[in-house]
Amino acid sequence: MAIATQTPAEKLVVKKTSHTSTFARVSRYVVARLLVLFATVVVGIYLTIMIANMGGYVDQIMRGEIRDRVTQSIAANPSMRQMEPAVRRQLIEDRIAQEEDRLGLDIPIAIRNFRYLSNALTLNLGRAINMTSDSGSKQVRLILLERLPATLLLMGISQLFLFFSSIFLALNLSRRYGNFWDKVVVALSPTSAVPPWFYGIFLILIFAALLKVLPFGGMVDSPPPANPFDYSLSVLKHLILPALSLVLSSFFLSIYNYRTFFLIYSSEDYVEMAKAKGLPARDVERRYILRPTLPNIITNFALLIITLWTGATITETVFLWPGLGRTSYQAIGLHDIPIIVGSAIIYAYLLAMTVFLLDFIYALVDPRVKVGR
Amino acid sequence: MLYYPSAIVGLLVVFLLVFTAIYAMIKIPYNEAIRLWRGGEEVWYQNPKFAPPAWFNLFSSKKYSESFAVKTSDGSMTREVTPGAQGTSTMSIAYTFDFSYDYYPQELILYFTSSYEEKQPFISAEWLTPDGRKIRLVNMALSQKQTYRFSQDEKLKTRLRTEEVIPYLFSDPETGALVKGEYQLLITGAAFEPDADINVEFVSHGQVYGLAGTDQARRDLVVPLLWGAPIALAFGLIASLGTSVLTMVIAALGTWYGGWIDELIQRITEINLVLPFLSILIMIGTFYSRSIWVILGATILLSIFTGAIKSYRSIFVQVKESLYIEAARAYGASSPRIVFLYLIPRMIPLLIPGLVSSVPAFVFLEASLAVLGLGDPVLPTWGKIIEDANSNGALYRGYYYWILEPATLLMITGLGFAMLGFALDRIFNPKLRDV
Repeated sequence: MAIATQTPAEKLVVKKTSHTSTFARVSRYVVARLLVLFATVVVGIYLTIMIANMGGYVDQIMRGEIRDRVTQSIAANPSMRQMEPAVRRQLIEDRIAQEEDRLGLDIPIAIRNFRYLSNALTLNLGRAINMTSDSGSKQVRLILLERLPATLLLMGISQLFLFFSSIFLALNLSRRYGNFWDKVVVALSPTSAVPPWFYGIFLILIFAALLKVLPFGGMVDSPPPANPFDYSLSVLKHLILPALSLVLSSFFLSIYNYRTFFLIYSSEDYVEMAKAKGLPARDVERRYILRPTLPNIITNFALLIITLWTGATITETVFLWPGLGRTSYQAIGLHDIPIIVGSAIIYAYLLAMTVFLLDFIYALVDPRVKVGR
Repeated sequence: MLYYPSAIVGLLVVFLLVFTAIYAMIKIPYNEAIRLWRGGEEVWYQNPKFAPPAWFNLFSSKKYSESFAVKTSDGSMTREVTPGAQGTSTMSIAYTFDFSYDYYPQELILYFTSSYEEKQPFISAEWLTPDGRKIRLVNMALSQKQTYRFSQDEKLKTRLRTEEVIPYLFSDPETGALVKGEYQLLITGAAFEPDADINVEFVSHGQVYGLAGTDQARRDLVVPLLWGAPIALAFGLIASLGTSVLTMVIAALGTWYGGWIDELIQRITEINLVLPFLSILIMIGTFYSRSIWVILGATILLSIFTGAIKSYRSIFVQVKESLYIEAARAYGASSPRIVFLYLIPRMIPLLIPGLVSSVPAFVFLEASLAVLGLGDPVLPTWGKIIEDANSNGALYRGYYYWILEPATLLMITGLGFAMLGFALDRIFNPKLRDV
């Protein structure tokens, strides 16, 4: 996240005496920045593809699987049982070659990696090797799109709630820091060392196993209720525990961080000045504390949007939530490189785009910052 | 430091963990721990499956039967040998035990080992209940090694007219109520050769076992719970130490030498951001190796070039301009000397809290990978216990102890380090102390 968390101060512009117009400066900056970001994405994705292929190890696994499958299907076919052994062997070899050709296994890895790369970069995600979407399609795009709503629902609700509630509570705490609730939050902030799936296990234990009020996992009851109202009610019921565990695991640390951040800004002289002028507390907060912290808050929000895409792999696995995180975990287990690369490239593009846009947003919200130097 | 209660608690936890780790390594040496953890039925046959710890009885008004195992070879089961004519001998083996629980044992088993030349020895076993009934269990000829499971003896089932042998043996046939008191197992053996011998081991699989209970493979959970401590500590500490020290050294070198080295480090950091960290670890685990050391190496490599390198860099840039560095340059100190003796030591107050605070993340990372089924296949770790429990449906089936024990230990470890890290941060960086 370092690209994004550069403090705006680093981009502070020293008034230059050059005669270049704003437009030329901005466009030069835009081009340079885009090039650097694109190069970053390319290298990052190439590395991911290389790791996903593990120097051809995955190919061996896939070759073995193909050989197994073809041999079995021919052995099981009664009409082919009468053939001469030599003819049949030839047939098997032909089928294997055909299948390997279909999956592109006959091309050297280095070249294939580049083909994967160019396909990935053009968002031509291709077809999955082993996985299918619930509607039966092998298109990576469709598989990912099918899982997207589940992840957006879970991550969206939990992360947005976390974001807004922690800013709101942190503002309240910073107003009267040192009181009981402030101390509670500070004392509880180490609880965020524990990852969400871990809280998930405890929540399942309490609410599903002991109290039997909420389901163990999944997204809807089975069979799914027919009418839309019951359906959404059922989804909501299944959503509570995973969302709660995601919120719980970063709640206190998030409040603590914002609170410390607001406190630093509220000890500035101009805040004291505003208070001395007798401005109402609400105005002081809005104009003198929130305003200068806006770039950081926006950065955090942008990063939050990206996490919506990645999902929460382990939490989704523990709760059997059919989202993107669990899909990429399943894809790895099934050696399904197109899906792994597909979700990696979308993440990379989103991140690069966010980083790029943030520069401009900083310039919009903070008059001290100018785009490009 | 003593002004911070969280520091004291954190320190206590860390000391306790270190102590546990050392104790585990002395009590159960590495090879023994692996043998026990990887051991199957031949190592753990004496234990029940899915048994909660024995101290459950302290909190329950109804008592669960505890497991025991006795054998003639070490004298815990009495054996009297009476020599007969022509080299034959008869022996009577007995074991009396007090049964005062409210639940039946899972299973009763007899393991016979006998030695003979040609003629197989013969035994008959009887069951004496406190209310004076005598139940004939089995008559059979013994081979070298023979196992007799009470609940699976079809003949006995027919003879007793019941499907559930164990409950029958422990209850009143009229009312079906459980009978408490002294039970006795009597085995009479006959050997027909001068050197023939019979040894018996009597095993009762109770409903509870030991200090920590057992899992699906009858393993005593004490072993992985104890050994989880050194492994978690080693993984967490090596990963956080490696990551933070390498990050700092690389940031210092980049800042000091500047130019293309600095540029390169910045670019690598940005590329590393694009890489999906967890996916790559899962891929390495699935495709390449599940060894904890490979995963550890990959974790460190992927964690070096993160946001931390940028924040270190921005501080180094300031330190680089300070007077004492200029003085060092003036007297002709070499670049490595300045980097390693003047720049880096200056940052140690920042390094230590960060290092301690990042330990829990790595400890939980190991557990997370284990929960995804990518834990080290050889080593007993806390994460592996949770994974075993999860894949055996421990939460559905009510074996809460199985998940709660490792989870509590993980939680205590994580919170301990986190609290210590928080306190250290405030101690080393007094600026934070006011807010």
